[in-house]
Amino acid sequence: MTEAIVLDQVSKTYGGRAVLAPTSLTITKGRFVALVGGSGAGKTTLLKLMNGLSVPSAGRVLLDGADIAAKPGPELRRGIGYVFQEIGLFPHMTVGQNIGVTPELLGWPADEIAARTDELLDLVALPREIAGRAPSQLSGGQRQRVGVARALAARPAILLMDEPFGALDPVTRAALADDVRALHERLRLTTVMVTHDVGEALLLADEVVVMANGQVLAQAPPCALLAGHSDPVVAQLIAAPRRQAERLAELARG
Amino acid sequence: MADRLSAALAALPERLGWHVALSASALALGLSIALPLGIAAARSPRLKWISLATAGLVQTIPSLALLALFYPVLLLLSGLATKVLGHGFPALGFLPSLLALTLYSMLPILRNAAAGVSGVDPAVVEAARGVGMTDRQRLWRVELPLAAPVIMAGVRTAAVWTIGAATLSTPVGQTSLGDYIFSGLQTEDWVAVLVGCAASAGLALIVDGLLGLIEAGVARRDGRRLWAGGAGLAIGLLAAIAPLAGAALSQGRPTYVIGAKNFSEQYILAELMAGKLEARGASVQRRVNLGSAVAYRALASGEIDAYVDYSGTLWANVLNRTDNPGRQAVRDGLRTELKARDGVVLLSALGFENAYALAMRRDRAEQLGVKTLADLATKAPDLVMGGDLEFFSRPEWAAVVKAYGLSFKAKRQFQPTFMYRALASREADVISAFSSDGRIAADDLVLLGDPKGALPPYDAVILVSPKRAGDRRLLDALTPLGGSIDVKAMQAANYAVDRDTGKKSPAEAAAQLVR
Repeated sequence: MTEAIVLDQVSKTYGGRAVLAPTSLTITKGRFVALVGGSGAGKTTLLKLMNGLSVPSAGRVLLDGADIAAKPGPELRRGIGYVFQEIGLFPHMTVGQNIGVTPELLGWPADEIAARTDELLDLVALPREIAGRAPSQLSGGQRQRVGVARALAARPAILLMDEPFGALDPVTRAALADDVRALHERLRLTTVMVTHDVGEALLLADEVVVMANGQVLAQAPPCALLAGHSDPVVAQLIAAPRRQAERLAELARG
Repeated sequence: MADRLSAALAALPERLGWHVALSASALALGLSIALPLGIAAARSPRLKWISLATAGLVQTIPSLALLALFYPVLLLLSGLATKVLGHGFPALGFLPSLLALTLYSMLPILRNAAAGVSGVDPAVVEAARGVGMTDRQRLWRVELPLAAPVIMAGVRTAAVWTIGAATLSTPVGQTSLGDYIFSGLQTEDWVAVLVGCAASAGLALIVDGLLGLIEAGVARRDGRRLWAGGAGLAIGLLAAIAPLAGAALSQGRPTYVIGAKNFSEQYILAELMAGKLEARGASVQRRVNLGSAVAYRALASGEIDAYVDYSGTLWANVLNRTDNPGRQAVRDGLRTELKARDGVVLLSALGFENAYALAMRRDRAEQLGVKTLADLATKAPDLVMGGDLEFFSRPEWAAVVKAYGLSFKAKRQFQPTFMYRALASREADVISAFSSDGRIAADDLVLLGDPKGALPPYDAVILVSPKRAGDRRLLDALTPLGGSIDVKAMQAANYAVDRDTGKKSPAEAAAQLVR
């Protein structure tokens, strides 16, 4: 089976207002998929439906062919990595405790958790000695690296990321994005990333899902989208970064 | 001064012990109710609104009234329990104090728990869900640790409030540091009042400091402070209640409980009765400073075994009579009706009367030409009337007003000690005095005549509880007191306790009273 995540006619209403129209979407195993769109497009809602942080008003979500509604939420989420826009490290725990939190919930032995923590710090290119520090002692970029390490701690097959680089400066952002893409390859993950930065999505992802007003308008590889799209909203969204890239190329040529 | 201080300090271990035991139990109980409620309130806006509004409402009830209200409620419940289960429980003392203080301690804990938990960063709460925590794990591992400093601040506030309010448990019969304050205020023993205030304030400061240490330990995740604060509290608690446990082990239960209302004469008479019983080898517990209405009901329900009350008071307030058939008829009526209604035994009259009587300074009375209540009626519109805390709500006042058509310029209420002071300083022209009060002779006051007999007689009588009605040792010890005290002797004894210099303790005055 190659379908990692299947959304089957899922929709979401909050207090009578539809934030997500009935939507079907399939994400193939091993792909790096970016969800793009303006604010209020429904990207984060769609992402949260995939690990049960949000429950659909109608429709089904299947992971590896199984309906996630059949599994208790906490148990489901322990098997899926999740990176938050606000990072959300627990301020009363050390960096090491933050990284080891899901393995601990799963009942791993302490020495195994400690070994895994070291391994993950290496993986996200952080020095091992920061394991004993408080999150408040780290820089923004270091904190989000810890956030990624925490998401990967229990060896999930799926990694969900909600604007993971949103709060970072451009240099840190590019470096971390490259590292995450590399981790995706190395760990053979299925990755879904929400971003409002279309350029970032086109550069990182295998496949881009364009959303607006609670609807999916397009799902295609970056090169296909760059070649042009019939939907005017999608075309407009893609046009901006392409124009930017062309002008940068002209400037570089001199 | 020094001997009054040492006398006051001698009672400290017992009073402090009870004060600590009471405050700690109330706080523990309050915490165990308010903390879960506060956490639940953080999740539900409706529950938050209801619980905070209710706790806030409780807080607006004056604490003394809250304590007093629990007594009749518990008495009723105890009566029901006796009917249904065949077993009552004490409605006086520890239980009503504990319940009232528990209610009182809840608001700050509730408010801070709700604010602390709902104030946790939503991103952190979402992250807790995202990494796979259940609701319970999120509460225990993330929300409570992060809300702990705010919750501890609420516990600190609650502790200080509770320790302060616990001094008010004295009138419902619970020994506390308030005994110093209530008795001291009554007998003008300012040394005792100061000892009570200082001990209560000192206790509050120490507890606040130790809880502050715990709060800092929680906030900075500093295990040493946490342990130091916790150990300090535990050691202090054990040290404070150790004397109680020691006393309980060495003495066992007291055989008899002698009650007293909240004024000097009552303290002296309680000591007198207790002394007679102790002379016969009985162990006696004293429950002093009971509210006037509380005392009779405590006796009827058997929580105290004997105390002294006054025939007119019982006639008007217990039997709700407004007529005045004469001294002997009132006594005979009480003897049969109290026995028939509550099983209470009117043992004997002590031989003196402590009547409600309106009193004036001699110079003022002569200047106005007032000798009786009838004379007073014409002058009253220009005069200020001072009453003790209950006088204006008693049937006797209504009877006097009705009989003589009294209408004063103003009415003011005083604690009895200050009522006499107000008369001296001319803040009141007429006061509701007690005829056996030593200050009448000492301050040269005149008691106004009552030609229409509006005020009933107030013979001091010993009352015995239904369960002691056939107790030979008690009856043999107290019966000889009948007719043994005349009003001059009682006035002298009262004055010995109330005066400013050469003060005697109630026990000393009692010893002199029956020589």
